[in-house]
Amino acid sequence: MATVTFDHATRLYPGTERPAVDQLNLHIEDGEFLVLVGPSGCGKSTSLRMLAGLEDVNGGHIFIGDRDVTDVQPKDRDIAMVFQNYALYPHMSVADNMGFALKIAGTPKADIRQRVEEAAKILDLTEYLDRKPKALSGGQRQRVAMGRAIVRQPQVFLMDEPLSNLDAKLRVQTRTQIASLQRRLGVTTVYVTHDQTEALTMGDRIAVLKDGLLQQVGTPRDMYDTPANVFVAGFIGSPAMNLGTFTVNNGLAEVGPARIPLEREVAAKITDADKGKITLGFRPEALEVTSQANESAFPVEVNIVEELGSDAFVYGTLKGDLATNADIHSGAGDNQIIVRVDPRNVPAKGERIYVAIRPGNTHIFSTATGLRLS
Amino acid sequence: MVQNLQITASAPDPALLDLPWDIPLEEWPDSVLAALPRGISRHIVRFVRLSGRVIAIKEIGESVAYREYELLRQLSRLDVPSVVPVGVITGRSDANGERLEAVLITEHLQFSLPYRALFSQALQPDTATRLIDALAVLLVRLHLIGFYWGDVSLSNTLFRRDAETFAAYLVDAETGDLHRELSPGQRSYDVDLARTNIIGELMDLSAGELLDEDIDEILVGDALVARYNELWDALTNAETFASDERWRVAARIERLNNLGFDVGELAITTDIDGTTVQIQPKVVDAGHHARRLLRLTGLDVQENQARRLLNDLDSYRAAAERQNDDEEFVAHDWLSGVFEPTIQAVPRDLRRKLQPAQLFHEILDHRWFISEKAGRDIPMPEATASYVENVLRHRPDEKAILGLAPGEVDRQE
Repeated sequence: MATVTFDHATRLYPGTERPAVDQLNLHIEDGEFLVLVGPSGCGKSTSLRMLAGLEDVNGGHIFIGDRDVTDVQPKDRDIAMVFQNYALYPHMSVADNMGFALKIAGTPKADIRQRVEEAAKILDLTEYLDRKPKALSGGQRQRVAMGRAIVRQPQVFLMDEPLSNLDAKLRVQTRTQIASLQRRLGVTTVYVTHDQTEALTMGDRIAVLKDGLLQQVGTPRDMYDTPANVFVAGFIGSPAMNLGTFTVNNGLAEVGPARIPLEREVAAKITDADKGKITLGFRPEALEVTSQANESAFPVEVNIVEELGSDAFVYGTLKGDLATNADIHSGAGDNQIIVRVDPRNVPAKGERIYVAIRPGNTHIFSTATGLRLS
Repeated sequence: MVQNLQITASAPDPALLDLPWDIPLEEWPDSVLAALPRGISRHIVRFVRLSGRVIAIKEIGESVAYREYELLRQLSRLDVPSVVPVGVITGRSDANGERLEAVLITEHLQFSLPYRALFSQALQPDTATRLIDALAVLLVRLHLIGFYWGDVSLSNTLFRRDAETFAAYLVDAETGDLHRELSPGQRSYDVDLARTNIIGELMDLSAGELLDEDIDEILVGDALVARYNELWDALTNAETFASDERWRVAARIERLNNLGFDVGELAITTDIDGTTVQIQPKVVDAGHHARRLLRLTGLDVQENQARRLLNDLDSYRAAAERQNDDEEFVAHDWLSGVFEPTIQAVPRDLRRKLQPAQLFHEILDHRWFISEKAGRDIPMPEATASYVENVLRHRPDEKAILGLAPGEVDRQE
């Protein structure tokens, strides 16, 4: 087992101007489950493939443990791409399906059996070892595929969107299995996904990338509570955070008719480049429905109510004075605000509700740089 | 339940709409299925008859389906032997409104054979070697255009007979990626994975007692790596020689032609004092003989079949003493005077068993065989009749290996 270190690792494709991965610095602890997440084209898969040896590294270095593997052939890196091959062989027993790569490598039979049995125990497959794959459920087959990687006892597991070709039910099930299995095995794992829910539920830490640049790395809680910039704020969380750019007047942000006071040290961080504006982020659950009398309340016209049983979300439009000056985005699109409301007391479509941000629940970003101010 | 199907296809066939999209593919009734042998797949795959042809349907995640569809289209455009994508269907739901998986549809490759069918027929003792050669050629061609396969295996390949050998086609591009150029790491990983997968697949056949006991799975896997490296080097290596050995340039081109590749471009560099020359092929196109035959006769066949047909055309030309005639005219006469009458002499119901070019190749072989036995030159019509009676009648139908009830076929996913 080992740590993994990206040290200013850069990948520049020939004929392109912007690196696909730009000076990535990332240290992954021994036994850690790290998720690389971001929209398509952000460089997450490229980063993983650089670690696997499938992409050249044009600048910087990559280490597995203390060993510089930047120029080492993929098969000599002691890593396993999990789920690379999970078609099971129908005539071979489950045990042979798990151990055949060891047989190819010339591992003695007794060792193979021992490693397969250990893996089967962890995977709850012991009683199936001598059966054919036909006898297995879909989930069990997934576990056999994991077993193939486990028996090789690599230093690092790599997984590139492993759930993308599973159906929705199996995806949720396998997600939980991979996460709990990784914790039991304690093998350093790098996992790539575009799905922030997958990232939040699986990773010890998450690294968010965009345009080849690392945006932030931290625990799921860090990413959710203190996103480092507007991009991470909007990317992590479902439904997504509401983000709006508002005019600041005398230390007050003008959110529709509401005036939201900014702390003095925050207001001091506003520069000329911000042109008198500030970007505020507030999650749907950070809003409470209140009355018009509340000074910091602003009106939202209900476009649609999404009822999920335990929760209900209002998708609406900011109304009132100065509302047109604001530039608001959310997961629902431009000019949409998402509000979590009491599922037992939902407003009607077209209704106007007044909402206020709960104290201490505002994320404040510089409009010019997108960086977190508070 | 109202379906909200979305079909993405370049030329959608309306008959697609009549298929039971509201039923999970695994439960489709035998009445719509074509009984073809299935390979080992991680997904559910079924073959279906549609408007007189056979299509392959694979249930797969929506984004992956669109991605693979696009990749297969690109590969077709690049002239790589691969299955032709028909389309993607999304928005399926069952009678209870439950969402069903998207599907990717490809055309079934006529006359193609999955490796499991080839092995279980116990064809010739060196089948494994010939399949590996075909796969090595395919892999090199894919790598030359910058395609990283990511899951090379016999299961993800289909084989078509090509004279004595096979031609391999890519049928699964799910894990693939098209790059500008592949790094040595990508190539070596792809080849290493191919080796592991092939050995695994052969071990599986062996466990099912479908493989000749004398075959050593690991040696076969190693042979792929060796063949691949040999071919890659022949096609890409720079060669250096003294400047008075210029004949080597022509020799290199001929060698590549003999391997079945055309040289589009050759980089020639000399050192400062001009005493040594370095040559390196830049663009290499496979199908040298196939293209020549296509140009001359309009016949679109596999590389080795083309080589065989061209040999016959050349001997026809020599026998008719028409070496000075325009090649195109001789080719036309050969086509209408030799090739077509031979094929037409095969009874229509037997003709579908093999591709015409393969039939012709086998008749040539048969003629050689009976001529030697008889000690005289047997004319084509006589050889054809003998071939039909003594060989073809006893051959399995390869247009689509039928005759297997769907229940008998591997239900393995």
